[in-house]
Amino acid sequence: MKPFTYQRADDVASAVAAAATTPGAVYLGGGTNLVDLMRQNIERPAALVDISRLPARIEIGTDGRLRIPAAATNTDVAADPVVRRDFRIIAEAIVNGASGQIRNMATVGGNLMQRTRCLYFYDAGAHCNKREPGSGCDAVDGHNRMHAVLGASPHCMATHPSDLAVALAALDARVHLAGPAGQRTVELRDLHRLPGDTPHVEHTLEPGELITTVSVPAPPAEARSAYRKVRERASYAFALVSVAALLEVRDGTVVSARLALGGVAAKPWRAASAEAVLTGAPATRASFERAADVALADARPLTHNGFKIPLMRRVIVSTLEELS
Amino acid sequence: MIVINGTPHEIAITDPRRSLLDHLRTDAGLHGPKKGCDQGGCGACTVLLDGRRVLACLTLAAQADGRTVTTVEGVGRDGDLDPLQEAFINHDGFQCGYCTPGQVCSAIGMADEVARGVPSRVSPEIGAASFDLSPDEIRERMSGNLCRCGAYNGIVAAIEETYVGGPR
Repeated sequence: MKPFTYQRADDVASAVAAAATTPGAVYLGGGTNLVDLMRQNIERPAALVDISRLPARIEIGTDGRLRIPAAATNTDVAADPVVRRDFRIIAEAIVNGASGQIRNMATVGGNLMQRTRCLYFYDAGAHCNKREPGSGCDAVDGHNRMHAVLGASPHCMATHPSDLAVALAALDARVHLAGPAGQRTVELRDLHRLPGDTPHVEHTLEPGELITTVSVPAPPAEARSAYRKVRERASYAFALVSVAALLEVRDGTVVSARLALGGVAAKPWRAASAEAVLTGAPATRASFERAADVALADARPLTHNGFKIPLMRRVIVSTLEELS
Repeated sequence: MIVINGTPHEIAITDPRRSLLDHLRTDAGLHGPKKGCDQGGCGACTVLLDGRRVLACLTLAAQADGRTVTTVEGVGRDGDLDPLQEAFINHDGFQCGYCTPGQVCSAIGMADEVARGVPSRVSPEIGAASFDLSPDEIRERMSGNLCRCGAYNGIVAAIEETYVGGPR
């Protein structure tokens, strides 16, 4: 591991100031991804600003939005009674990811900012445009069964590994940021970038910006919701595919639908075209199959991950059927 | 300063790269927490940080400053074992024993999570006020602790006996 300096911040302002005045500084949350990558010499920050002890109280704001501080641990979010009652797919997504120990450490901000688990990204002996821009991508002709079928580019086909981000995308979450230039808010669906020809640029944060809070509007009162994940073992594995869905049905007709897909792209994939197909349609299997086809119309398989497309189609249909 | 097993330790952390695991094993001489994978995959390094189970290998020692750490050495001692440790012996919850300190600390943290109302993937209703520790719940909640000897049945039985009151 490359040497680095360590400092701990007690509030957002001092964290942002410390990062702005310390060359090469990176924010440290729970460390479950960053410390691992540093040990592999894939991340080589010159300085860490520890933000894991920033205030982490989860609350409902005066505007009715759920406000989750970025330093809140995954466990505390999943255990929160309001989250479990009114935002249940957040809790469902969290308990479908990682292990008990990791959920105790991992923060919400770190969860959103975690790097891909592409094996070639982790392997310093492999070519990876994300790790070393311009070096090539060994996943193209390699073991790519875990890789993306939507939004990939010839330069990178890595997926974003978060379960939580998929649920937050379906819930229209916003990400609140603080940085040297002040505060701003971005929609969660605009936080991560598709690879294009710059796969090393993964998000829309400016240098030194810190995620301070994730806020979530209350879902429609009549909507039912579910997070469904398929993986290669029952627990403690990343998704092959996952679906976060909200469905509001009245008198047999879909009033509103929201669908976000995980494990298939470099970002949580909001399937807006499928939502449009569903809205106003009869809540039938035929409608759900049509929506799944629309959601996956642009899906392109690599050499070893073609199974993800029919698998995702079936998971979308069965999840919507379960909710109707 | 880190309070380790009830005793304040003033050990200067001169290199921020020091993991909590290396700090415990090398600086504090506590060899209970084990280095299995050193990358957050196996759970052998599990300790309790302010009562919550964490992976010491992915925790920087500096991050534990001002907090309390419990290792297996703080759970029980020769002749004065915790009931959970007795149950691991009675149910053959190990063969080589390398994962056992992590399993024991993880189970203690897991039982506390259940008592605090933390749900799991297999909880029948995620919004429930409380959760029963069924064998399925134990297996799911302990999935972050690998045992390469495959003593899982004994581990689950030991945890069930300790926290539920006797395996079925």
